[in-house]
Amino acid sequence: MTKVTMTVNGKAVSAETEGRTLLVQFLREGAGLTGTHVGCDTSQCGACTVHVNGQAVKSCTIFAQDVAGAEVRTIEGMAHADGSLNPLQQAFNDCHGLQCGFCTPGMVMASAALLANNPRPTEAEIRHGLEGNICRCTGYHNIVKAVLQASGQTDTQGVAAE
Amino acid sequence: MPKDEIANKGGIGASTKRREDLRFLTGKGRYTDDINIRGQLYAHFIRSEVAHGRIISIDASAAEAMPGVAKVFTSADFAQAGSIPCGWQVTDRHGKAMLEPKHPILAEGKVRHVGDPIAVVVAETLDQARDAAEAVVIEIEELPAVMDMKAAVAGGDLVHEELGSNLCFDWGFVEENKAAVEEAFAKAAHVTTLELVNNRLVANPMEPRVAVGDFEEWTGQHTLYTTSQNPHVIRLLMGAFVLSIPEHKLRVVAPDVGGGFGSKIFHYAEEAFVTKAAHILKRPVKWTSTRSEAFVTDAHGRDHVTKIQLALDAQNNFTALRTDTYANMGAYLSTFAPSVPTWLHGTLMAGNYKTPLIYVNVKAVFTNTVPVDAYRGAGRPEATFQLERLVDQAARELGVSPFDLRRQNFIQPDQFPYQTPVAVVYDTGNYQATLDKLVEMADVAGFEARAAESKSRGKLRGFGLAHYIEACGIAPSNLVGQLGARAGLYESASVRVNATGSITVFTGSHSHGQGHETTFAQVVSDMIGIDASQIEIVHGDTSNTPMGMGTYGSRSLAVGGSAMVKATNKIINKAKKIAAHLMEASEADIELKDGVFTVAGTDKSKTWVDVTLAAYVPHNYPLENLEPGLEETAFYDPSNFTYPAGAYGCEVEVDPETGKVEVVAFSAADDFGNVVNPMIVEGQVHGGLAQGIGQALLEHCVYDENGQLLSGSYMDYAMPRADDFPMFQVDHSCATPCTHNPLGVKGCGEAGAIGSPPAVINAVLDALHRGGFTHVTHIDMPASPSRVWAAMQR
Amino acid sequence: MQSFDLVKPSTLAEAVSALAADGAQALSGGQTLIPVMKQRLAAPSVLVSLGGIAEMRGVAAAQGVLRIGAATPHAAVAREAAAHYPALAKLAGGIGDPAVRNRGTIGGSLANNDPSACYPSAALASGATIVTNRRQIAADDFFQGLFTTALQEGEIITEVQFPIPERAAYVKFEQPASRFALTAVFVAKYANGVRVAVTGASNDGVLRWKAAEERLSANFSASALSDLNLSGADMMADLHGSGDYRAHLAKVLTGRAVAAS
Repeated sequence: MTKVTMTVNGKAVSAETEGRTLLVQFLREGAGLTGTHVGCDTSQCGACTVHVNGQAVKSCTIFAQDVAGAEVRTIEGMAHADGSLNPLQQAFNDCHGLQCGFCTPGMVMASAALLANNPRPTEAEIRHGLEGNICRCTGYHNIVKAVLQASGQTDTQGVAAE
Repeated sequence: MPKDEIANKGGIGASTKRREDLRFLTGKGRYTDDINIRGQLYAHFIRSEVAHGRIISIDASAAEAMPGVAKVFTSADFAQAGSIPCGWQVTDRHGKAMLEPKHPILAEGKVRHVGDPIAVVVAETLDQARDAAEAVVIEIEELPAVMDMKAAVAGGDLVHEELGSNLCFDWGFVEENKAAVEEAFAKAAHVTTLELVNNRLVANPMEPRVAVGDFEEWTGQHTLYTTSQNPHVIRLLMGAFVLSIPEHKLRVVAPDVGGGFGSKIFHYAEEAFVTKAAHILKRPVKWTSTRSEAFVTDAHGRDHVTKIQLALDAQNNFTALRTDTYANMGAYLSTFAPSVPTWLHGTLMAGNYKTPLIYVNVKAVFTNTVPVDAYRGAGRPEATFQLERLVDQAARELGVSPFDLRRQNFIQPDQFPYQTPVAVVYDTGNYQATLDKLVEMADVAGFEARAAESKSRGKLRGFGLAHYIEACGIAPSNLVGQLGARAGLYESASVRVNATGSITVFTGSHSHGQGHETTFAQVVSDMIGIDASQIEIVHGDTSNTPMGMGTYGSRSLAVGGSAMVKATNKIINKAKKIAAHLMEASEADIELKDGVFTVAGTDKSKTWVDVTLAAYVPHNYPLENLEPGLEETAFYDPSNFTYPAGAYGCEVEVDPETGKVEVVAFSAADDFGNVVNPMIVEGQVHGGLAQGIGQALLEHCVYDENGQLLSGSYMDYAMPRADDFPMFQVDHSCATPCTHNPLGVKGCGEAGAIGSPPAVINAVLDALHRGGFTHVTHIDMPASPSRVWAAMQR
Repeated sequence: MQSFDLVKPSTLAEAVSALAADGAQALSGGQTLIPVMKQRLAAPSVLVSLGGIAEMRGVAAAQGVLRIGAATPHAAVAREAAAHYPALAKLAGGIGDPAVRNRGTIGGSLANNDPSACYPSAALASGATIVTNRRQIAADDFFQGLFTTALQEGEIITEVQFPIPERAAYVKFEQPASRFALTAVFVAKYANGVRVAVTGASNDGVLRWKAAEERLSANFSASALSDLNLSGADMMADLHGSGDYRAHLAKVLTGRAVAAS
């Protein structure tokens, strides 16, 4: 076992790991942050998406020891300091961009990374940019709307009422 | 009430934002895999890698000696356990009960599908359990796999030798109509025939199944945490039939559940395993499915092979319909499997049409595949697909418009309630209205111009129409009892008003994405007139909710919501009695509006909280004829199904060089009756459409002839992604409220998945015909690029 | 997955020495290897992560050659190669999905030589040179069939050198589930001729379509291919498409790549 330390959502977190310990296991079991989910074992579904050193990655396809020392951000680190939702999270709530909630953490993290790289994406760019995140509930319609809203491209009122 | 006012109040009709989102958006949801109990062990299932075989030997001695291993279980450890039960018995055409094989927790003597569990290693860590599993030596004599349904019925190898046949049942419906249907076909001016396949699917909720068993030695209390749509059903089936645990010693909890779509209705072996293993080992035992494991253990959906024929008279009126379907049951009977191709399918074969004579034959067949059971729509998508493909094909053969042929044969608005020839009575509907709405939404008038524009880019554009009906709000218990259900299908609710006026509702329905915590609160808020924030909805735990049947078949609001309305009405009636006492008035004169009780014709009033406090602090209270407290339970058993219906229009572009189909527009005009939360209803339709379009174009569960699953991961099973869809246009304004439940609601969860597959395939065929590929009469789903290309080559 | 030790050297020399251990295997982005290890289809006893070796990362162009460090992730290639070799950048930007592109590397992709991967077609069509810790290997010699390359035990790709073409394009037709190439074609036009590489199609992995190269070298237009056909008999067949379908796609996509270049 090897002790690995990372900065997760701004706080140093350490846990004993094996070589085969995945980043998602480090987060869920080591750090107790169960918001990051595992939905597949072929690196396709994206439910486990987190940010490592500012980039979206699939935490089920990275070994914890390989990213020792990294800055990691998870869904638990997305809300404002006072606990209120950030604009992207709020847009998902406003637009009904989630149903069962299981893919949601990965979807939010992937969307946040998408917007960081492309602050005003088109609908097509959003759909393409989220191709690594599978949602079985929403048909993606309201997720796309949420990302558009978060990028300031629709008014909040119109989306929810439509 | 004006729309703004409704929205402000957050009652029925408001697009209230979901309260459950807050925990899901911050990573604070509590799913079953997030539950870890001190001292917990981990289970790893060793599963069959062959489809069919005889177990010669299992040697776990080396594994049991490996680090961290607590025990390796085999079927011998479950000799006292019962069979995993089937909850529905179908009687065949000849009055004979279906064949019903034993379904053990772990394979006994034979394995019958890839994924069938043989042994389980339980260890201190999951990695230790997996490491030890490699040391379990299992010898299996492989047998020929029974895969093709028609061949399986004809004879040869048997999935279950003791049953003597692979034919589970041969069902005829309505058997008495058979001769009249034959006669009508003999007299028909035109007969249209199609042979089609409803492709096998895997439900794939994003949360894989998880089960955690716990046992408290001092009390004998068993607890199962599980990813279920219906914890009470699991408690009943597992407690009474499999493990012989009385209900008061068995608690089943389904916390936040990450989608179900039917696949989490059923009682699975892993649930019984962890419950029993925790008892044996006196430690909690956890099992978490991998996605790969889910593909070979979660019940699959659909998998029907059908020949369907429509008889028409010289005026193009439908005169008779007959179908022959082979329905795959897989290797064992899953919980509700026999009901899907029969009562959830045959009863819908009238569709929206006044076809007077219908005969449906279904042969259910055992094969060496994963059990097949209900998946979003369950039987109704299969019925709708056959019928709506057939009507389109008939229109093409007759050279008439598919719109006109449908309109001509629709049940007319003044014909409701309408008795179909397949047992059910539609209470309300207006199919002309939904079709009119669709024509407007989809801009059918502008289609030719769009097709010309596509052609200028080398693409073939097509428009596909489908109209659907479904039977939801499952279901009247006395009726389903006659049809073979071994359970009642009522729903329950307890409404507990707290002393200071807030309300806790305990519902037997279960939410795994549907938003009950928000919508159910809207209903109670509307009825009493207090803010929805004062109302909490509790579900998913058999220890605190009344016996309920759970969520599936678009039944939560229609049945569970009705139970809640009933219980809330009991509350209001009692509260009015208390208010009458407090205001020294007659109970008949008490009115409740906006959370205030008034006496008609006076200025006397008492607030909601005045009354609830009086109920729990009964100093001034009619104790002689009224109990203190304010808590009521109600069970609601519907008197009929509900019948949502709608018109769906799909527009596709086909690339004639590659066969790739792109859905460029999709419109849905639904009649769901009354709607509590339009935002959530529309979200349900979006999701249903994605699954239906996914079935039509992408998803396919494929086995090879040896029973190996070829599409066993997301590398080969095409899950719909964000860029597979356009924005959807949805509308539910053509509402004809349900006549027999208090909210007038019909259910919206499955519609999208039911109506969309035929619309998509009809659109693909329209595009091909417009492109000159007129020899193509049908393409089986999924209409993948290679299939469409191959069809064009013929 | 089975137990192993993970080591993370910071120099190439350390990596080479770590790879000398029994059962050692290189770990680049891990986007293919880790899922394979989860299925217990690969079970190295030591994994040598190449992610910490600065000298193996980066994109640079000089004298008509684009050099890409083997541990450079696809996302970086998509960004940094865009000005020099747009078709290659576009290919990199279309591999997997954004999260996969942040981890997966060019060296890992080439070393794995998945018959449906994107990069092998670019390397082959560009006549790239695969540089290892031991030698330089021409792309024509490097790819040796499904999941098979010229790499020897302990040999690590350090850099890939792409001669920059006059014109080029990559057109991928995605397998609907995995979104790997069901069939994809990379066409590159150089002063001395055209090279065409097809991935996702052949039973033998990535291949050069020499008949098409000859035609296109003489007449760089899709119409030059009109009477050419690949044989479906040599193509992969699976639930996503027959050999004939793949052969057909290869031709259609070659024409589209020529038009798009």
